[in-house]
Amino acid sequence: MAKNYGAVAALKNASLSVLPGEVHALMGANGAGKSTLVKILTGAIRHDRGTILVRGKAHEVRSPGDARKAGLLPVYQEPSLIPDLDVLSNLKLTRTPIEAFRSWVKELGVPELDLRETARDIPLAIQRVLDLARALAVEPDVLLLDEMTAALPADLAERVLGVVKRQGQAGRSVIFISHRFVEIAAVCNRATVLRDGETVGVVDIEAGVEERIVELMLGAKIEKARAAQRKANEATSVPVDAGTRIEVKNLRVGTKLQDVSFELKNGEVAGVVALEGQGQDELFAALAGSTKPSGGTIEVDGKAVKFSHPVDAVRAGIAYVPGDRSEALAMKQSVRENIALPFSASVRNWGPINKKRESETVNNAIQRLQIDTRAQREVQRLSGGNQQKVTIARWIAADARTILCFDPTRGIDVGTKQEIYKLLRQLADQGKSVLYYTSELDEVQLVCDRAIVIFGGKVVDVMPADIADEPALTRAAYGLPRDATANVGVLAGAGEAQP
Amino acid sequence: MIRFLRQQAWVLGLLALLVVLFIATKIIQPNYGASDFTALMRAVLPYAFAVAAQAIVVIGGGIDLSIASMMAVTSVTAAVMMNGASEEFALVVIPFVLLLGFAMGALNGILIVVTRVPDIVVTLAMLFVYQGLALLILGSPGGAAAVWLKTMIAGTVPIPGVPDWITMWIPNALVLLVVLLAAVWIPLKRSHIGLSIYAIGSSELAAFRSGVPVARTKIIAYGIGGLFAAMGGLALTISTGIGAPIPGPYLLASVAAVVLGGVVLGGGRGGLVGPIIAVFILRLLRTDLTLLSVDPNATTIIEGTIMVVVVMLGAFLTMRGRSS
Repeated sequence: MAKNYGAVAALKNASLSVLPGEVHALMGANGAGKSTLVKILTGAIRHDRGTILVRGKAHEVRSPGDARKAGLLPVYQEPSLIPDLDVLSNLKLTRTPIEAFRSWVKELGVPELDLRETARDIPLAIQRVLDLARALAVEPDVLLLDEMTAALPADLAERVLGVVKRQGQAGRSVIFISHRFVEIAAVCNRATVLRDGETVGVVDIEAGVEERIVELMLGAKIEKARAAQRKANEATSVPVDAGTRIEVKNLRVGTKLQDVSFELKNGEVAGVVALEGQGQDELFAALAGSTKPSGGTIEVDGKAVKFSHPVDAVRAGIAYVPGDRSEALAMKQSVRENIALPFSASVRNWGPINKKRESETVNNAIQRLQIDTRAQREVQRLSGGNQQKVTIARWIAADARTILCFDPTRGIDVGTKQEIYKLLRQLADQGKSVLYYTSELDEVQLVCDRAIVIFGGKVVDVMPADIADEPALTRAAYGLPRDATANVGVLAGAGEAQP
Repeated sequence: MIRFLRQQAWVLGLLALLVVLFIATKIIQPNYGASDFTALMRAVLPYAFAVAAQAIVVIGGGIDLSIASMMAVTSVTAAVMMNGASEEFALVVIPFVLLLGFAMGALNGILIVVTRVPDIVVTLAMLFVYQGLALLILGSPGGAAAVWLKTMIAGTVPIPGVPDWITMWIPNALVLLVVLLAAVWIPLKRSHIGLSIYAIGSSELAAFRSGVPVARTKIIAYGIGGLFAAMGGLALTISTGIGAPIPGPYLLASVAAVVLGGVVLGGGRGGLVGPIIAVFILRLLRTDLTLLSVDPNATTIIEGTIMVVVVMLGAFLTMRGRSS
């Protein structure tokens, strides 16, 4: 399989072979090409090169309908029930046999389901289980489960894993995507590992195999990481203990973020490391005031705060820099206007803008950032890296004391990345604090003082930068002990159903 | 039963509002009688079809701004074809015009699907195209309609054994409206394609993943919209006896009644009964205001205000019902 998006190769040379009666894990770090491969197999996107063979026969999979006919049925991460239709209509839409559906629903442990209930009114976790029951009811040859147990309560997750295991025993195949080694150990027979769009290995699931899988996922990066670490140790400075800026206690947001506590000190860059969908989006949204937490407290400078709107967070000096620049910038406005926006938009500054003060502040920010362009240019004409610099610059101009960066260097060239790292370190040296989520693990040692690792909505590890190399972070992010030698092996119980 | 009441709460509420309006009419004009109702019904007919056309497209997640223009095209086409032709020839004209309407609607759908230009832009452009087409076919109001068609929507239905004072309240036009809408809507609602239209309106991604052919479904939704618009065009020609190349205010009326009728702009929710009742409400309201000799300019202000208030009230009640 190969798939390009423009010049970017999402998949280069990926192969996957699943036997009848096998539960097969598909693994890989963020951006390795897992989701692209799943989308191709289920007809959601077309591939550029490669073939799909079902029972030795080549199949053209052009649409989800084709995939169904070929016996490939997915259950996606987001429920695909039509929100405004009741369950019965949803079943009719996909021509699902209703009796079979009912018996699967029972088997999966959903109590009293009313088929006349509108999908929108059903809790998300139950919707996912119904999605699975609907797929099982048509007895597909190959079932694709994308993070099926994520956001499921423990008892339902256990039932689901039991059903998956029995599918294999009944001679049907399952492609199982999960970030949780424990689940993979419980239900899978083999695993295919992807890295940078290529299949790099197929392993049998047995005791101690998780180390081999981590190695495959990281590849040559282990050595590179060691080298980067030595360099990084010189760059990062230990922050002076200047008091706590933000303290988060037992924070819960939605279903994803379960229970997170940590503190962010003045003058510190704290890294947040997590696999996709472990609750980091919710954490940042809560700190930026765009989502209300369902439990726990956030304290700023020792005082408990409740943000009901992003404005509240900005007033408390907390600025949010999203990974997607278009979320933060007015693309058609000039650099100057964009930088001036947050500080002239506060409620007190209604009325004419103080041009002199504005240009002073803006020029200051532009100089500091070395945005190599005239300030009058439209932001959309800048490179991605320069755009990101503008997003950070505006908050410096607005004098924010804390900056929340959510994967800010995504898709930015190496040179500009370095400048952003330098900028963030400078801010920290001035006593400002930065919370830095990154999906590129090698960045942690380049910018952060500490790494907070989140897995399954909880903080599983906090490590100082000097030991937070890529292998250690990867292990921790998968819920494994950070040190390979200390690994007692969560897969010791492989083969027994222990979700 | 309780579930039925809850699901149909909006429609029942509209029905109650309509009854209140009828009572108000009777109070304002004590001699308001069956003949007035028949006249109202005939006036409502083209509006009702326009609303049905808009409703099906909006349920499918789109919007069609060219409905009034499609009504004009079909109206003049029918009038020109029937002009000087025999009475029986109308039997050919009607299916042809209905097909023409379906084709125009489907063309809108195809353009939206193929070019990926937003529906509001495509149908706005087609509004002008179809309007020009209507004027090319017939430069000024004219043409004719078969006599048997004209008598079909005039008068009331005589039902044997039922006293006159009941049948005089059942105008032919009402029967025709109900029969035609039901003939299209009921089979559609029960079919896979009907379900698919609701599905793409509710969530295009989820529908795609459920194996619904999204593009084809969208084209069919617009096509059925065009079919209803053609019925509206025919109703215009038949009730006036001539073809009208300049469309009346059917477009905005259709959107207004669709919204008031409980169809969510954005798609997936609502039905046909609500919007049809809503169109009666809006027409009757206008009648009442005219009877009260309210300034016509003030009339539009009152109509707009009532719409906003009713829709807001409805949203408020729905939200309260959801949270409790």
